[in-house]
Amino acid sequence: MCLAIPARIVELEGDKAVVDAMGNRWRARTTLLPEAKLGDLVLIHAGFAISLVDEEEAKETWQLLREIDDSDQTQEKLSG
Amino acid sequence: MLEKIYKAQKVMDEACGALGRQINIMEVCGTHTVSIFRNGIRSTLPKQLKLLSGPGCPVCVTGQSYIDTVLQLAERDDVLIATYGDMIRVPGRGGSLETRQPGANVKIVLSSEDALQLAKDNPEKTVVFVAVGFETTAPATAVVVKEAVENGIDNFCILSGHKLVVPAMRALVSEKNHNIDGFLCPGHVSVIIGYGSYAEIVQRFSRPCVVAGFEPLQIIEGLSEICRQLAAGKAELKSVYAAVVTEQGNTTAQEIIAECFEAVDGYWRGLGKIEKSTLKLKDKYSRFDALKRFDITKTLSEDTSGCRCGEVLCGLIEPPECSLFAKNCTPEAPIGPCMVSSEGACAAWFRYGQKKAVNNEVNQT
Repeated sequence: MCLAIPARIVELEGDKAVVDAMGNRWRARTTLLPEAKLGDLVLIHAGFAISLVDEEEAKETWQLLREIDDSDQTQEKLSG
Repeated sequence: MLEKIYKAQKVMDEACGALGRQINIMEVCGTHTVSIFRNGIRSTLPKQLKLLSGPGCPVCVTGQSYIDTVLQLAERDDVLIATYGDMIRVPGRGGSLETRQPGANVKIVLSSEDALQLAKDNPEKTVVFVAVGFETTAPATAVVVKEAVENGIDNFCILSGHKLVVPAMRALVSEKNHNIDGFLCPGHVSVIIGYGSYAEIVQRFSRPCVVAGFEPLQIIEGLSEICRQLAAGKAELKSVYAAVVTEQGNTTAQEIIAECFEAVDGYWRGLGKIEKSTLKLKDKYSRFDALKRFDITKTLSEDTSGCRCGEVLCGLIEPPECSLFAKNCTPEAPIGPCMVSSEGACAAWFRYGQKKAVNNEVNQT
């Protein structure tokens, strides 16, 4: 539950943002991270940006998420 | 990367050798628990190093009476329950939100903002947001409570079950018979509270506190750092998650938590009452407190017969030692909360550790 996802801010109006991670886009807020700017990479938790994050860290996490997704699909295939 | 892993393993081996006893490290966070199992980290550690899965899954530590209150509210025709998906299957007395209220008055939301939107879209109902989680989700709840005030959205309220991580760690190491040598501290909770928040655990209880992210290498480096400190007879504060965790944390988030909530004594499933460990809305926001709005004062008893989740959360037993584990209690039909949440220690053991448990049994016979 406490896992935050790194995503890039691709739209920003006030504290209302659209963020992108691995091609998925969703709405998020920057209320808790007022310094966030358009184009920044941020950690999103439960719809809110909570921290800036660097490119390398974001890429590592995305890679990890891809692996989890792949292994879940494999497990489903095996158990199904 | 391999070089880093070897280096960390060498430090752990040397520390275990130097200390000549078992080392118990508690990973506080449920996301760490899952990552440790998923990546097979336990099998790479020295034999004398034991990992204890701590109380860092918010769903698992939410008390029975809280769940029962949610179920009670869900029965009302004038109420819509907005909840994170994790909570939907948690068993209360005689059912869960999923089994008891499959109807339209329970909605899964991905954020507190979605819950507030639900209130705007359904003016004839009162939306109760099931506000659980640690310091990571508490500020998100606080933001929408403030917005409900500012925008006069009166058909919205929250049932606060928000909990604080450090008071639980303090309670664990204050127990006389605890066996925790050090803490692997949660990554994203620490983004909010800052690694400086663990100073008390380090200074007063002499337990190393090291913050790590969720990638396998970071976890191994975190464990290795704790071992290094233990072998050197030291207890220090450290973060190996420097990319996002600072000493002071996210002060904007801390300020909004402090503005809306106060810490009160709270009940943790398995751990009992912990002093100043739960967040309650401050009096100035009390009309957004579901307990006050619906005049709920009744508290029910907290026991779940036969379930040993409490001992699991305290690191005293491992899930397979519970007689219900994998027999009466499975992820499909969970009895205890640690089996309900995918981040619960029992669910992680069931999914990734089963084979190991079975092998152990075979080896013992």
